[in-house]
Amino acid sequence: MPRMNAAQRHGIEFTLNGRKVRAEAENRMLLSDLLRHEIGLTGTHVGCEHGVCGACTVQIDGKPARACLTLAQQVRGSDVRTVEALAPDPAELSPLQAAFRRHHGLQCGFCTPGILMSLDALLRERPDAGREDIREHLSGHLCRCTGYATIVKAALAAAEEQRKEETTNA
Amino acid sequence: MKPASFDFICPDTLDEALSALAEAGGDGRIIAGGQSLVPMLNMRLARPGVLIDIMRLEALRRIETSGDGITVGAAVRQAELEASPNLLRDLPLLAAAFPWIGHVQTRARGTVCGSVAHADPSAELPLSLVTLGGAVSLRSRKQKRKVTADDFFIGMMATDLAEGEMIEAVHFPKARPGTGYAFREVGRRHGDFAIVACAAVADDKGLRLGIAGVDDRPRVFALPALDDDQFDDALNDIVWSLNAREDIHASARYRRELVRNLGRETLKEASRCRA
Repeated sequence: MPRMNAAQRHGIEFTLNGRKVRAEAENRMLLSDLLRHEIGLTGTHVGCEHGVCGACTVQIDGKPARACLTLAQQVRGSDVRTVEALAPDPAELSPLQAAFRRHHGLQCGFCTPGILMSLDALLRERPDAGREDIREHLSGHLCRCTGYATIVKAALAAAEEQRKEETTNA
Repeated sequence: MKPASFDFICPDTLDEALSALAEAGGDGRIIAGGQSLVPMLNMRLARPGVLIDIMRLEALRRIETSGDGITVGAAVRQAELEASPNLLRDLPLLAAAFPWIGHVQTRARGTVCGSVAHADPSAELPLSLVTLGGAVSLRSRKQKRKVTADDFFIGMMATDLAEGEMIEAVHFPKARPGTGYAFREVGRRHGDFAIVACAAVADDKGLRLGIAGVDDRPRVFALPALDDDQFDDALNDIVWSLNAREDIHASARYRRELVRNLGRETLKEASRCRA
C-alpha cells in the first residue's frame, strides 16, 4: 500500500494534453499549481481556490473539473486536458476559440480558459447542446467583465458550426 | 489558500484503507472526490495529518439495485449516479434534485457519499437521503453498522461517524408506484448553496417533507394527507419547530417564510405527481 510522506515530493505520472508526463509534487499541491508552477502551463488560471469561480476548470478524463479542488496526487494515471490543448497549432484557434473572438466572448480573458474547457467538453459530449445546456455549464463560471450574453452567443455559434461540419463530413 | 501538509495513502483494498484509518486515529480523513474536503483543506478549516484516497477501490465503485433500494458505494461520483439509466424510474426525487447539486464541474468529481459525510445543512444529497428514509452503512476495522439517515446527521457538518469509521455506502429506498416526489430550492444563483431546499414524498399513507438550509441539519416531517386549506397551518407548525439560522445570505425570518411557500409548493407538486 503506497504511503506518501508529507515532507517529500512524489512522482506523478499522467497524460497531459495527449502526452505522457511525469511531475513531482508534495501531497498538498493542487492540480492547478502543479500545472502552472511545476509544468509551466499557465493557461489554466487560478481565481478563488475553493471551487466557486471556475477559472481553473480543466478536463479530467474528458469531464470538466476544478483543478483547484483536485490534489495533484489524485490525477495519477488520468487523462488531463488544459486550454493549451484546444488550438490545433499556435497560429490557429479552435472553432470554439474563434467563435469567442468573433462574438466578443471575452474581454480581460481571466475566466476564459475555464469556460472554454467546460464548453469544449459539453460540445464534444452533446453536439446538439442548446442554449439551456450552455447556460447550465456556464453557471459554474464567474465572468466579471463581458457578461454572459456574448459568451452564450459564441458557444451557440460554435455548436452550430460543429453540427454543420459534421453534416458535411457525413 | 493552500492545504497544510499531510501524508497521502493509496490503499489497494478496503481492509488496508480501514487499517490506515484506524492507525491514523483522529488525524486521518478519507478523501474521495474531494469537492467538499479540498475547499476545507484549502481554507485550512480541516487539517488532517493523513489523507486516505479510496477512489481506486473497485469494491466501492458500485451502484447496486436490490428489491427495494439502490446502494451507492463510497467511490461513486455524483455524475455517475446522475447518468445511471434508471434514475428517473427508481429515484425520481434525486433526478429532480441533481441539477441543484453544485455544478456540472463539481458533480463530475464529487461523490454521493462524500456529500453525505460532509453534512452541510443546506446540501441536497443529505436532504434527499433523509426525506426518502434512507440509511448509511458505516465501517471501521472492527465493525460494520447501519444507521438511518435521520440519525446520521446530528448537527452542522456533524455526523454520527466515529473515529476510525468511514461511510462504505448509502442506501436510497427505491420509488414505489403510486408515490409522488418533488424537489424545490431557492438559492442566490444556480449552483450556489441553497438558502432553503424542500423535498417531498406523497403516498397513500400521507406526506413527508424534508427541509434543508434552515436548521443545523436536514429535517424531515411526516404529515397526514392534507386538503388544500390545511397546508398553511401544518407548515406554520413545522416552521416554528425548526431552529432557523441567520447568516449573511438570509435572515431566519426569510428562511421561515421560504419554508412556508416552498414547502407548500413542494408538497402540492408531490401530491399531484402521485395522482
